[in-house]
Amino acid sequence: MNNAIEIINLSKQYEGFTLSNISLDLPKGCVMGLIGENGAGKSTIIKLIFNSIKRSGGSIEVLGCDNMDKDFEKIKEDIGVVLDEPCFPECVKLKDINAMMKNIYKNWSSEQFWSYCDRFALPGNKRFKSFSKGMKMKASIAVAMSHGARLLVLDEATSGLDPIIRDEILDIFNEFTRDEEHSILVSSHIISDLEKICDYIAFIHKGRLKFCEEKDVLLEKYLLIHCSEEDFKKFTRSRIIGYKRGKYEIEALVTNGTVPAGVVSERPGIEEIMLFMTKESV
Amino acid sequence: MNIFIRNTSGEPIYEQIYNQIKAAIVSGELKTDEAIPSIRSLAKDLRISVITTKRAYEELERDGFIYTVPGRGCFVAKQNIAMRREESLQKIEEHLKIAYELAKGCNVSKGELVKMFELMGEEWC
Repeated sequence: MNNAIEIINLSKQYEGFTLSNISLDLPKGCVMGLIGENGAGKSTIIKLIFNSIKRSGGSIEVLGCDNMDKDFEKIKEDIGVVLDEPCFPECVKLKDINAMMKNIYKNWSSEQFWSYCDRFALPGNKRFKSFSKGMKMKASIAVAMSHGARLLVLDEATSGLDPIIRDEILDIFNEFTRDEEHSILVSSHIISDLEKICDYIAFIHKGRLKFCEEKDVLLEKYLLIHCSEEDFKKFTRSRIIGYKRGKYEIEALVTNGTVPAGVVSERPGIEEIMLFMTKESV
Repeated sequence: MNIFIRNTSGEPIYEQIYNQIKAAIVSGELKTDEAIPSIRSLAKDLRISVITTKRAYEELERDGFIYTVPGRGCFVAKQNIAMRREESLQKIEEHLKIAYELAKGCNVSKGELVKMFELMGEEWC
């Protein structure tokens, strides 16, 4: 088993939304970022991975086990999950979460849990309902990191957190993947975070997989150019991924290569690549 | 050994790693058979992609700068001095050719060029 997650031809039909033929591999020891607009299908994929909604077709293997298999329940021990809406009962305090999780996960480590709570400066005396959004998120990350998981699945786990704590959490994820048996699947709208930690980026657009690519390869693949209408005509259509016509310039994403003299070019970030790809091009 | 990764330079990240480790080996900062960091730990310490680091190591290995012992890690390979010399000679020739073309293009005489060169390296013969 070389892949932590293996998705083949996954599809799911809802009324008015179709997730079609998604195939993705997350190699063991790697971090994959899922990007895409709201409603593109990222959370649907994550739910399908846990089989918490029924798929219409395709197959999913997680840590070498088909997620329809009855053994998948055992595999769940090895997966740490953080969803965008942390859901603990409102009245619980941290010590209650600890007590609950001790009974849920075989490999639960109270010591680890408390050390994360400390690190995140979570208040022990408050009830979950009076936690701020950031604290709730941190509490669920602490839980996900404290039962010896080999795979972390995070849905918008860093949204709503300030840049400093986000950076600290990225450090924790970075440390986590120091072990080559550890992998992470993370969806986020904060693309700068993904750029910092991911090995692979998968872009979901309107229920389809636009690309799944090594991050650094992706970053070398395109150029962001600024040019005049005339110069823009010098580019062959096949090189143009997308463009934006402004009052004083045309801004376009093109495949990497030589550009005519006088055309200003720069390296696009993943955010720009995503934006230009979603613009209906030429 | 220091490694600096610059995200804004046009140079791909794997090339930056390749060049800096290569420089450390050629300069003798890293000795033959000395262990170099594992792919994973280097990637995590530099906060860069594991795949990119792997690519740099593969090219270093292909070009004979390092070797891998399965299960133990990566080490500095014995450098073939004759080969490195040959490589350098080739580069010197290329640069000299550029100097020659430049000199020819603006009427700098051979004598002047030689003199310039002699002044540059008076300490070695």
